Amino acid sequence: MLQIDLWKRVVIWGLVALGIFYALPNAFYSRVEMHNDAVKTIEKQGSTPELEAQAALWPSFLPSGLVNLGLDLRGGAHLLAEVKVADVYAARLEALWPDVRDALRPERDTVGTVRLQPSNPMELRVKISNPEGMARAMEVARGLAQPVVSLTGAGSSDLVVTGAGDEMTITLSEAEQQATDERTVRQSLEIIRRRIDAVGTREPTIQRQGSDRILIQVPGIGSTAELKAIIGTTAQLTFQPVVGRGSDASASAGVGNEVLPAADQEGVYYTLEQAPVVTGEELTDAQPTFDQNGRPAVNFRFNPAGARKFGDYTANNIGSPFAIVLDGEVISAPVIQSHIPGGSGIITGNFTVEESTNLAVLLRAGALPAALNFLEERTIGPELGQDSIDAGKIASIVAGGAVLLFMLLTYGLFGVFANIALVINIAMLFGVLSMIGATLTLPGIAGIVLTVGMAVDANVLIFERIREELRTARGPARAIELGYEKAQSAIVDANLTTIITAIILFVMGSGPVRGFAITLGLGIVTSVFTAIFVTRIMIAMWFHRTRPKTIEV
Amino acid sequence: MRMRLVPDYTNWDFFGRSKLWLGISGVMMVIALISFFVQGLNYGIDFRGGTTIRTVSAQPVDVGAYRDALQPLNLGDVSITEVFDPNFAEDHNVSMIRIQAQDEEEAITADATEQVRQALATVAPDITFASVESVGPKVSGELIQTAVIAVVLAIGAVLIYIWLRFEWQFAAGAVLALVHDVVLTIGVFSEVQIKFDLAIIAALLTIVGYSLNDTVVVFDRVRENLVKYKKMELKEVLNISINETLSRTIMTSLTTMLALIAMFVLGGDVIRGFVFAMMWGIFVGTYSSIFVASALLLRFGVKRDWTRPDANSGNQYANIDA
Repeated sequence: MLQIDLWKRVVIWGLVALGIFYALPNAFYSRVEMHNDAVKTIEKQGSTPELEAQAALWPSFLPSGLVNLGLDLRGGAHLLAEVKVADVYAARLEALWPDVRDALRPERDTVGTVRLQPSNPMELRVKISNPEGMARAMEVARGLAQPVVSLTGAGSSDLVVTGAGDEMTITLSEAEQQATDERTVRQSLEIIRRRIDAVGTREPTIQRQGSDRILIQVPGIGSTAELKAIIGTTAQLTFQPVVGRGSDASASAGVGNEVLPAADQEGVYYTLEQAPVVTGEELTDAQPTFDQNGRPAVNFRFNPAGARKFGDYTANNIGSPFAIVLDGEVISAPVIQSHIPGGSGIITGNFTVEESTNLAVLLRAGALPAALNFLEERTIGPELGQDSIDAGKIASIVAGGAVLLFMLLTYGLFGVFANIALVINIAMLFGVLSMIGATLTLPGIAGIVLTVGMAVDANVLIFERIREELRTARGPARAIELGYEKAQSAIVDANLTTIITAIILFVMGSGPVRGFAITLGLGIVTSVFTAIFVTRIMIAMWFHRTRPKTIEV
Repeated sequence: MRMRLVPDYTNWDFFGRSKLWLGISGVMMVIALISFFVQGLNYGIDFRGGTTIRTVSAQPVDVGAYRDALQPLNLGDVSITEVFDPNFAEDHNVSMIRIQAQDEEEAITADATEQVRQALATVAPDITFASVESVGPKVSGELIQTAVIAVVLAIGAVLIYIWLRFEWQFAAGAVLALVHDVVLTIGVFSEVQIKFDLAIIAALLTIVGYSLNDTVVVFDRVRENLVKYKKMELKEVLNISINETLSRTIMTSLTTMLALIAMFVLGGDVIRGFVFAMMWGIFVGTYSSIFVASALLLRFGVKRDWTRPDANSGNQYANIDA
């Protein structure tokens, strides 16, 4: 009786040892953290004696995974941004107009003259002077359409062309809109990641949420304003032909044109053609530099396609002004002096050195394809986080101590077994959390405390059952055996239902709630394991050594 | 000697006044619902949008002066409360300022935060913001929806699980007890006006899990005893089962409660509402597994013969003879 196979014993103790082994780094948190940071820096930037010394703080043969501390414990900034995916439609349609115009030009005999009509940004409206030619015009416009590149939209075309009277309307097809949204959000995610990485903070979380949202969490940063300064600017760079210059913001621009303010001169407005010649997307490089007068400036270089367009345009428009537009403001509008063939140039403006450096970083990382709308912002100061950790620590210790004492008083020696199992349980929980790199939040700490309270439940069930079985008296060994056996179904049912709620919390919740669900769920798994297997093995070992005639539980 | 919370043998009659207990629970639920609909919950920004700012200053918080300082900013509905915590040092005075969601804006802008800081600095020059959290109305609407779905899903999933493991009468009893717990918890939150935010939803679901845990342990024993005492009246079987599991029920509730009390007193004010919800939940959860779930099971009746395949388990009279 009370026999446990050798292999089972090996597996159980092995798992316990593994859990404790992986939990170990958390006991030396700041030391291991320093080691990890140093190792990462060495990998990136090469080694210095100082970094080597930091890396040597923790032996490399030991695991170095730590439980991440959530924003509410470490302090930092949290942003939930919505990508304004519709922005991209407008830009796409805007860029389409020159193509439509050029395609219809050879058809002048059938469609007559072509004019762009004012419309909402979601569509492109074109008026032809010869309504009889509408069928031909639509045919030509449809010829510009391309198949949609996406899994779901495969086979459909990207443009929808309709005609009524003398007006033709071009919109993006449903499938194309979806494909564009997908691309826009992914691109935004990638660009935000690159920009945050360029600043180099520890463990930022950048995740997609739902169809058009991005969650950004950066620990250790002072405020959401700082974070927004890094990611918030779209850095949408365009080069647009200048139509005119004036001081009236509400000047009528004419169809296909727009009025934009100058960045450095108050009250100066430029009227520009809306369709850009080249955009920032075609940049391959941007570096901070100084112009011939020694003022900070940014040097840029186009890719071959951009360079060709830029070269052609400058060759054809020598003597006319040309605007460099960043995020809706005209940074400068130099007059084209000569044909610029090489595809590189310089942006001057009233920059400080810092601004030119930032602008270069932003341009290099690429422009955000669409603007971001911030739906949720949270800043948590580092002191508040530290306070929460301290309070959580003390509370956990007191809670643990109270439960241990209570168990000891109630169950005596068996209470000691349960208590050892409880301590192992906590260690294993931390081990698993470190292994999967989970994030510990304040509700997560409460989850652990709750686990401590509930972890003893399985043991209480077993011990109470053993007490009952002892009364029917068939010897202590049999009673222990039966106690474990009969308590099993109640333990399984009770914990499975709790796991179900933990899973639902995990799936539905976000942020701190999710952290709570993870600790609660994993806590149940480890506590059932330790309560059933670990206490059993300990009791079996004790029983074999002492062979008691009677036991008291 | 060992500590015994409950004598080894008990034979207390839990169903002698079961009508009374069910009645009390029913009335409490009605009161909770009335409170919820009349007074409403004190929703945090997670659910109604807006901004909360946690300020820290060495000077005592003067709510009136803070309010006056913020008046010229025209922020709309502003509520200021002082936060008390026994663990705060003498020169650590904390207040929570809640500002309603501003028109045409999702989250609060950095400028607005700075304005608030400057305005408050005229009252308390050393004031700092320990945290600033802002949620736009768009997200908060969705959060409340997700929260409700989460609670309903959890209860639904549990209903199905118990139905599969036991019988429909057990499932119905357990789920009604859960609804009872959730309603009473929401009632307490509406009555005491503690801030109701996302973390409280987590607490609610934990209560669901805990209360169920308790109920399932009792039901498990009921199932066992139904087989053991085939001829005994259902009421007796239930009573025996509750008495047999009573020391475990009390023991587990107490250890969990002990851990939570430690967290409540020492865990800091940020998490206190959350811990309070759980403490209350454990209390009502323990009560409901005996006085609601089991009492309802008694009313629903159960199939008694577990050896025969059930042909008419839906009929409550089919099980009396056996």
